[in-house]
Amino acid sequence: MDDDGLPTLAVWKFASCDGCQLTLLDCEDELLAVAGRVRIAHFLEASRAVLPGPYDVSLVEGSITTPEDAERIQRVRQMSRTLVTIGACATAGGVQALRNFADVDEFTSVVYAQPRYVSTLATSTPIAAHVDVDYELHGCPIDRRQLLEVITALLVGRKPNIPAHSVCFECKQRHAVCVVVAHGTPCLGPVTHAGCGALCPAHQRGCYGCFGPMESPNAAAEAGLLRATGMSEADIVRAYRTFNAAAPAFVELSRVTVGPPPAAGPGEVETERR
Amino acid sequence: MTHRSDRTLDVRALARVEGEGAMHVRVRGGAVEDVRLEIYEPPRFFEAFLRGRRYTEPPDITARICGICPVAYQMSACAAIEDACGVRVDGPIADLRRLLYCGEWIESHTLHIYLLHAPDFLGYPSALELAKDRRDLVERGLALKKAGNAIVELLGGRAIHPINVRVGGFYRAPAPSELAALARTLRVALDQALDTVQWAAGFEFPDFHHDHEMLALTTDGRYAIEGGTVATTGGLTFGPGDFEQHVIEEQVPHSTALHARLADRGRYLVGPAARYTLNRRWLSPLAREAADAAGLGEQCRNPYRSILVRAVEVVYAVEEALRLIDAYEPPARPAVDVPPRAGVGFGATEAPRGILFHRYGLDAEGLITTARIVPPTSQNQASIEDDLRRFVAARLDFDDERLTAECEQAIRNYDPCISCSTHFLDLTIDRG
Ligand code: SF4
Ligand code: SF4
Ligand code: SF4
Repeated sequence: MDDDGLPTLAVWKFASCDGCQLTLLDCEDELLAVAGRVRIAHFLEASRAVLPGPYDVSLVEGSITTPEDAERIQRVRQMSRTLVTIGACATAGGVQALRNFADVDEFTSVVYAQPRYVSTLATSTPIAAHVDVDYELHGCPIDRRQLLEVITALLVGRKPNIPAHSVCFECKQRHAVCVVVAHGTPCLGPVTHAGCGALCPAHQRGCYGCFGPMESPNAAAEAGLLRATGMSEADIVRAYRTFNAAAPAFVELSRVTVGPPPAAGPGEVETERR
Repeated sequence: MTHRSDRTLDVRALARVEGEGAMHVRVRGGAVEDVRLEIYEPPRFFEAFLRGRRYTEPPDITARICGICPVAYQMSACAAIEDACGVRVDGPIADLRRLLYCGEWIESHTLHIYLLHAPDFLGYPSALELAKDRRDLVERGLALKKAGNAIVELLGGRAIHPINVRVGGFYRAPAPSELAALARTLRVALDQALDTVQWAAGFEFPDFHHDHEMLALTTDGRYAIEGGTVATTGGLTFGPGDFEQHVIEEQVPHSTALHARLADRGRYLVGPAARYTLNRRWLSPLAREAADAAGLGEQCRNPYRSILVRAVEVVYAVEEALRLIDAYEPPARPAVDVPPRAGVGFGATEAPRGILFHRYGLDAEGLITTARIVPPTSQNQASIEDDLRRFVAARLDFDDERLTAECEQAIRNYDPCISCSTHFLDLTIDRG
């Protein structure tokens, strides 16, 4: 707490697209109210004014991909009482973690004529691989309502109420027709963390997993389900290796490419999982 | 600190820009020796890991290059892939794409005008500080930005990284009734957009002009957004397929973003000022009137006035969105089929910050063999550095703090998007 008695909020960026911190500026109706209840002490995308730490709450966007950033995150941790990672980059390495499955030197040479000028690590790793994290918010990008819930909860000192169930659950909550059952469309919803409100199924599209894995997904059942919709093994591996490529559960799921297709439809898959 | 003939100015983390970068200025013997815009945003290697992905994936994947202009990435990716597959998308689906893009222009320009740029002109460190004195202004900006986001959310499913865009069109097309509700919001937004132009016209603009060649897409009959022919103020014209013959990208040691130049011609500028200068006659009468009243002439060659061009483009985008909604007939199907075939495709669209070029090579199965992406900010780097060199030279008597603040503002004129170009300002002034 500083002199005004307002808690201080800092926002940090590592390798990312800015989408998750932009989510805060996209809270058009709430932004000024939030700004009245916290002191924004470090948020370069929004302000030149920077107050010295320590900070009560730090929101961290982005993954660690350079030696400099591996050191910078240690300093951010030391300056932060509570550290919350926002988004798939910070929580699971992000889309840039696709390098983890490839040769980063070869990647560099594809993009840069003079790879030696470029300082980069061979991997993109989540923040929790480097420092203790108090809270992780999923999504690529994070959901605005979930972000506001975390900020308000932390302000009053309670635990944020963020459900850990799957997108299937949200699909049913909004009475969306299951695209697997209705159209045979592949869907990662049964293994994907809730939070978006089942956006893709509501738009007649299968979930592509942008919120990352839910807690303890049923790997075999999902592999069978995806295969039954006609996906090849390569398609399945690629589906997991996108925006949350370094999330351990998705790494694991991408390896489950053998086994019989399930007898059951997605409704039963969901039941079995629970 | 002032009046030293040798000094170094360093902005070590530029604020209120999208991404991370730094600026380094070296002054020797009272003259500007070197100006470098350093982009130290860590590279994310999109062009490398797109190889081997299916041709349907770039709209979702390349959206993640930038949270502020994901629609631009999705639209250029779709255009390039459809080009490779020999499919043309027109009619109501093309209109819906233009409508979606209008939403991104409104949202992105308004974010830049109100939250990133206007505080410079008004002497505040941020819009949140401005809101303490002029809450009404910031609320107007947020409402206008929200109207842009409302378009993107309705057509795209969400404001950041839309999920409803696919090669060939959309997963789901909106019902006319859904668009009617949007039109009500946009009619209010039109007044807010006109007020924004008038408000920004009252700012004080330093006297500064550049002579860079300007480059933008043009289309006959309307202001170019989602496609067109490339044209420059120097009289060059070429299609997106010839982009790489004319635009050469080079790596420079001080930036993770590549520098672009026009073959045999050198630096050039893309973005709202370039679009306005090349396409002004295609603005709607109302937007053109607003531009005239704001004192914008036939061309915009003062980078500080780019905030006015953005405001005028918001007026245009709101009007255009209303027109498209008015004329909307839902398509029979939300997307056309795009069967894969081996080949190379090119796509260029006008992102809020300027032309965004994509090229993909596909194999017969539709797997990507090569990918190339040229974002707007990397095209502007050389022109920005050139402007800064002249800008600093005229202000060497300022102390470091003031010069730094003014350089930051000068850079913000270009609305650089550093995540895209790989991000901003850390300023170093080396005065020896
Ligand atoms: S998680 Fe997604 S939206 Fe968030 S910063 Fe990373 S790429 Fe952007
Ligand atoms: S599997 Fe069916 S129920 Fe589950 S998220 Fe996908 S569409 Fe919804
Ligand atoms: S349905 Fe899946 S892919 Fe779509 S927004 Fe939700 S979590 Fe992301």
